[in-house]
Amino acid sequence: MLTTYAVSPHTWVKAHADYLYAFAIKRIADEELARDLVQDTFLAALQKVDVFEGKSSERTWLTAILKNKIIDVYRKRSSVIVSSDITDAERQQQDFFHEDGHWNPKYKPLEMGVEEQYLENKEFNQVLKKCMEKLPALWLSVFTMKHIDDEASEKICAELKVSASNFWVIIHRTKLNLRACLQKNWI
Amino acid sequence: MEKRSMLKKIQYNCKQATFLLEKKVYKPLSFRERIELRIHLAGCSVCRLYGKQSAMINDMVQQLFKESEKGNYKLDDTFKKELELRIEEELNKK
Repeated sequence: MLTTYAVSPHTWVKAHADYLYAFAIKRIADEELARDLVQDTFLAALQKVDVFEGKSSERTWLTAILKNKIIDVYRKRSSVIVSSDITDAERQQQDFFHEDGHWNPKYKPLEMGVEEQYLENKEFNQVLKKCMEKLPALWLSVFTMKHIDDEASEKICAELKVSASNFWVIIHRTKLNLRACLQKNWI
Repeated sequence: MEKRSMLKKIQYNCKQATFLLEKKVYKPLSFRERIELRIHLAGCSVCRLYGKQSAMINDMVQQLFKESEKGNYKLDDTFKKELELRIEEELNKK
């Protein structure tokens, strides 16, 4: 038997606002923007109430709307600053390896001395956070979608408009960058 | 000769090895890629360390995201009130 769910916009704020807000914050790390997105989500949902089919719960439905809005933000963010910040990060990265693919001794991985207890190490996690903030927007978006929502790679490619081969290059570069940043700021 | 130079290439190419290490997290590697990676890692302690640190970063990132989820992100009441009013307004328009 199929359950159909009902919508009741009068209780939306009470029932879902905090949840949606936390969902957004986690993915875009910007409180003001997250608030706006929650509001936009409700307003967009109101326009669509009549076509809500009740196939999923109200919360799932609202979350799906919010998710699309977040992807719009990713897209916008990555198209605006694409050229400058990616080139910078890439330039820095060419130095990681020599032409034959061998590590440049200056950047090669060294023991960081936290390999055993890194999850409990607050300071170390703080450094990682800072390093993530420095990533180019497109890279961070790809990385976030992969890690938070475990989205299929094909879907991420389609939504952020990157080619499949470029996707793997981005994943690789993001990690090289994060690791190097950790090492530089920790050791 | 040909074979030896290919082997050398694989052994030297840390850039490719780290690339494969990353790809492997999300997607099964092809047979050829698996062999390449295994040969490289067998002789390269630096890339083995890279692999360890890369997995460590993944764990930490997961943890960071999890923490921000259970974090106390709440909208303030004034904003919620306004939002409620706004919704009522829209509903009344219909």
